[in-house]
Amino acid sequence: MISLEHVEKRYPGTAGPAVGDLTLEIDEGETVALVGPSGCGKTTTLKMINRLIEPTGGRILLDGTNVLDQDPVQLRRGIGYVIQQTGLLPHRTIRQNIATVPHLVGWDDSRIDGRVDELLEIFDLDHELLDRYPAELSGGQRQRVGVARALAADPPVMLMDEPFAAVDPIVRGRLQDQFLEIQERLGKTIVFVTHDVDEAIKLSDRMAILNIGGVLEQFAPPETVLREPANDFVREFVGAERGLKRLALMKVGDIEVERGPVVTSSTGADDARRAIDAGGFDWVSIVDGDELLGWVDRQALEGCDRAGDATPRRFSAYVTARDSLRQALDSIVTSRTAVAVVVTEGQHYRGILTLEQISKEIVA
Amino acid sequence: MTAVDAMAPWLAQTDVQPLLRWEWVTDNLDEIVTRGAQHFWLTAVSVVVALVIAFPLAVLAQRRRWVIQPITWVSSVLYTIPALALISLLLPITGLSLTTVAIPLISYNLLILFRNTLAGLDGIDGDVVEAARGMGLTERQLLGRVRIPMAMPVIIAGIRIATVSSIGLVTIAALIGRGGFGQFILLGLNTFFWTALVVGVILSVAFAFAADLLLLGIQRWATPWTRAAGVRAVGT
Repeated sequence: MISLEHVEKRYPGTAGPAVGDLTLEIDEGETVALVGPSGCGKTTTLKMINRLIEPTGGRILLDGTNVLDQDPVQLRRGIGYVIQQTGLLPHRTIRQNIATVPHLVGWDDSRIDGRVDELLEIFDLDHELLDRYPAELSGGQRQRVGVARALAADPPVMLMDEPFAAVDPIVRGRLQDQFLEIQERLGKTIVFVTHDVDEAIKLSDRMAILNIGGVLEQFAPPETVLREPANDFVREFVGAERGLKRLALMKVGDIEVERGPVVTSSTGADDARRAIDAGGFDWVSIVDGDELLGWVDRQALEGCDRAGDATPRRFSAYVTARDSLRQALDSIVTSRTAVAVVVTEGQHYRGILTLEQISKEIVA
Repeated sequence: MTAVDAMAPWLAQTDVQPLLRWEWVTDNLDEIVTRGAQHFWLTAVSVVVALVIAFPLAVLAQRRRWVIQPITWVSSVLYTIPALALISLLLPITGLSLTTVAIPLISYNLLILFRNTLAGLDGIDGDVVEAARGMGLTERQLLGRVRIPMAMPVIIAGIRIATVSSIGLVTIAALIGRGGFGQFILLGLNTFFWTALVVGVILSVAFAFAADLLLLGIQRWATPWTRAAGVRAVGT
């Protein structure tokens, strides 16, 4: 979809190039993060794709056509563009801002209105905001309007320059989740720049790690970068906690869960005690059918005929197949029972995850 | 004759003369209206002509920085010439005509309007321009749809300053009989007739206030988003 071939950008009067000799192949429907320290040319690279910056060497092919052979204005109208401070036009209402590109390319009013409605729904923005000015919106709302505006004319390609850097961490997390949901639905080809390696890991299908002068150190899926950093630069750049970061990428649903020590309400107390001994923990779950009632220990079973006579205690937290192993780990280290209980979406018992299982995944 | 004797008529008159004789005002309504129209037109012409010259120059200067120096130099030199001196210099050429008054007024407004318009255009958030360019606006569209509208509050502020200072300066043109309400001030001073002086001063000041308020209203109406800037929404 987007091919950078030996792309170079030199500014007159500077010793080294901003981007030296960069070759990158970005597939259709893929989200690629350009990440690296300041001065690595990541923003320069992004802006060369829509010719806000003209390369001094190499070729950039968009859908097979060299962008340098196209009229820059027409080229840009076909590419979504989002920047950090959103760049919303302060003197235009939200409606007018979103409609900028459709208006430029000559859509009629009813088509524009329909598209604006559609985008409001996609981005969970209120209709009341349409006639307001950007200054009347919160940072998170402005950011969503910025992305909605870039998507307005439904371009196949989106370029985003530090799209979530200007909002506070809580809002950023929420916007990132929403970004993932929307991208799953729309399947755009997205190139985004970030200095935040965690953001790159969370959002990208592949991350391009750039060094000073636009030197490509590694271009691979986040999982690969974390598992096998190409060199010391990448290792240092992705930083400590590589294992934890990988856990954040892996889902509970991706690994086998253990059944764990389980009895039913009608199990005799002696059998329940034996199940506790056999399970390797000092407790046993009571599951009727696949409904999890809770857990009991020896003390609770005292004087009971059957497991069901004891009062089960609830597990403090559950995880589902969609949660990350990092969340499961958190659940393990913070619970009295030292396991993460895995349930299905309908709160049906599936099994447990232990610390050993998770550490096995990291080492694997 | 002592100094006190020389002052006698003045002193005598202030004792008996009221500050405002209404019958003089009603008798001279026609003259007041005529002078008002003169004051208005001189101000309007000097601001509009200066704007027509300064605005394109500022737009040019915003992109071609080298023209700023010569333009500022010329308009600053014009600005330093006292109005009276300039009028006297022009008298042999343009006579007692409106032009003689309009030229100094226009030249003063040039500097004010050029500087403000340029400051307005320069003061725009670069991110907004870049995002707009990145979306595919042409340079002409950027100017017409982004730069100029966003600079409007500062541009109109410049027009307000130019207008109010012009209204004040027009009164000086009373010396060649083109002073608008200033004519009454001059008459009052020459004849020690306070009613004329008071009428001239009050009407000049009232005109300046009214013009400023009107322009402020136009600015509010034309740039509704500037009021929005004070309001911040809550939530995400």
